[in-house]
Amino acid sequence: MALTRRLRVDPIACDGHGLCAQLLPERVTLDDWGYPIVDPTPIGRDLADHARRAVSACPVLALKLQAAAATRR
Amino acid sequence: MSATLASTRALWYLTRGSGAATLVLLTATVVLGITNSARWASPHWPRFVTERLHRNLSLLVLVFLALHVATTVVDGYVPIRWLDAVVPFGSSYRPLWLGLGAVALDLLLAVLVTSLLRARLGHRAWRAVHWLAYACWPVALVHGLGTGSDAGRAWMLAVDAVAAAAVLAAVWWRLGAAPSVPVAAVAPHPGEVARHGHGR
Amino acid sequence: MGMVADRLGPDARAGVATAGSAGLPRLLDGVDGYGATVPLARHRTVYPAPPRPGRPLDGVVAVVERSGLRGRGGASFPTGTKLRAVRQGRRTPVVVVNGSEGEPASAKDKLLLTAAPHLVLDGALLAAAAVGADEVVVCVDGGAPAALGAVERALLERRAEPAATVRLAALPSRYVAGEETALVHWLEGGPATPTGSRPFQRGVGGRPTLVDNVETLAHLAQVLRFGPEWFRQLGTAEQPGSALVTLSGAVGAPGVYEAAVGAALSELVGVAGAPDGVAAVLVGGYFGSWLGAATAARARLDNQSLRPLGAAMGCGAVVVLPDGACGVAETARVLGWLAGEPAGQCGPCVFGLAAVARAAAELRDGRARPDTVERLRRWAGQVEGRGACRLPDGAVRLLRSALDVFADDVQWHLHRGPCAGAGRPSVLPAPRGGQPWR
Repeated sequence: MALTRRLRVDPIACDGHGLCAQLLPERVTLDDWGYPIVDPTPIGRDLADHARRAVSACPVLALKLQAAAATRR
Repeated sequence: MSATLASTRALWYLTRGSGAATLVLLTATVVLGITNSARWASPHWPRFVTERLHRNLSLLVLVFLALHVATTVVDGYVPIRWLDAVVPFGSSYRPLWLGLGAVALDLLLAVLVTSLLRARLGHRAWRAVHWLAYACWPVALVHGLGTGSDAGRAWMLAVDAVAAAAVLAAVWWRLGAAPSVPVAAVAPHPGEVARHGHGR
Repeated sequence: MGMVADRLGPDARAGVATAGSAGLPRLLDGVDGYGATVPLARHRTVYPAPPRPGRPLDGVVAVVERSGLRGRGGASFPTGTKLRAVRQGRRTPVVVVNGSEGEPASAKDKLLLTAAPHLVLDGALLAAAAVGADEVVVCVDGGAPAALGAVERALLERRAEPAATVRLAALPSRYVAGEETALVHWLEGGPATPTGSRPFQRGVGGRPTLVDNVETLAHLAQVLRFGPEWFRQLGTAEQPGSALVTLSGAVGAPGVYEAAVGAALSELVGVAGAPDGVAAVLVGGYFGSWLGAATAARARLDNQSLRPLGAAMGCGAVVVLPDGACGVAETARVLGWLAGEPAGQCGPCVFGLAAVARAAAELRDGRARPDTVERLRRWAGQVEGRGACRLPDGAVRLLRSALDVFADDVQWHLHRGPCAGAGRPSVLPAPRGGQPWR
């Protein structure tokens, strides 16, 4: 059983830098004010590297990759 | 341990060259870091390019710095120990100027290690240490001016001048140019993503 | 009556009454129309003193679970489940009584604290006994001096009774200050802004923290005194018990009323004195939704009935909009106030609510662009669910229900400018903005 992971953004830490949207447009788009709208579809193996890069690129560590079971409502 | 005169000279050239290279790379790293914190971007130079380049150049700084330290210590011409590279002001040769180099190295190591462990440390702790980069660069510059063998040479002075100008210009731009209140440009048409700037 | 009058406007008469159902009043039993405080001696003729603190009392949580009591702060979370979660923590818990009542259209918590503080305090101490807490913090809105004073005097009255440590704290008057994590944040010395914490695990002092609404704890005291079966005699199967409802707007006698959950909204409004013509009813306060007159006439006040109508009980604040008033103007005003209430931590909320408020004001003033409604809907979709708390969700819900219920008015404002009703004095209460965060 593969571990499914989802992207989640901490809305308090997020400052709208927007690097995540540049590095992972498949899952992140920006709203009218430059803040990320994150698609919660699980990250497959094809996007895993890109997702990790997007997470590490966030200047304020607001983007997180979480195991799907741990994702709270 | 003694080396032949020829290999001593070779090591000495390597020390000076790698020292200069380290300063140049460090300057570029600092300028890119300032550019990133100012959130500057253009259609042909997105934010992640600045961020990646900043990160990769800082690792390159480490490489050239390691070369600079190693060639200095291995070259037995002047008595400098491995310890003097990290513990400042303890060397018998030019303790002050060399010591500043050790200080710069220590600061750089602190910044680099915390950056590599950023996810574990959390943003606040990482950021607090990262500010030390603003101390690391001038200390490195002064170390070079004080004990650099080429310090008096025209080309080295030119490099120093350009480096200093670059960092000063970047800092001045950062303090003055970025807007001081959050600005949100509301999209005039649906589907068009607005630019938005922040001051910090 | 000073406190409710402050909340509801200078014309509010002493409106504490019941909605004529058998089995009522419960919480308001013994409370007169002026909200005078029930003294301890009289209270103790009905309710025994709570047990002294010690090991967690067994059986209390099970009783509360059997009663089906749900939180009355707005989220309607099962109280027994919350008690059980806090009780499972390793460290000694803390109980926080949430009397912030940041909702401008609601006055029930302040009334309970002023008129029946001992019922609330008993409930808090019983909850403390249930989870094994040794400390209770009663948080009251700093802008409610009558309630603060009443609790202080009540605590003095009780000083002879052995009990857990109870302290009183005056909260900043901000809309989100009553959010659980914001409350804990403030108690820990920070501003009253939401955080990502989970108070039931790590709250005040890092200890498991039970945060419960004033009314919830009052019900809890009654459940433990009269039994869970008694509690279930009123209300619905999903949402048992009675509820306090704040009725305001164009009613003859605005005030706090007690009704069975599931009572007909029209009956409730009738008891408070319905106007001749009703344009719409706001259910759930500023965090709620508008219901058109026809829908409101058929609606019942419980979450199961209201959900298909796109509404929820929330904190039980109901505002009646009369015929001739302008729903667009009222909503624009509320959205303007809500846009000043974000903690400023989440971009989509700060910028989104500001954009929505600006566009709503343009619509009200007849200065709207042809695509204003489209823009409002777009922003509503972008803002929803993207904050650290539910403030943006509440604003979006209000906006969407307004666009729906007042569709005709919206079209009028778009094409013909402000309607006649837009110039009338406002019906919805308007609090002061710009309050401090600490």
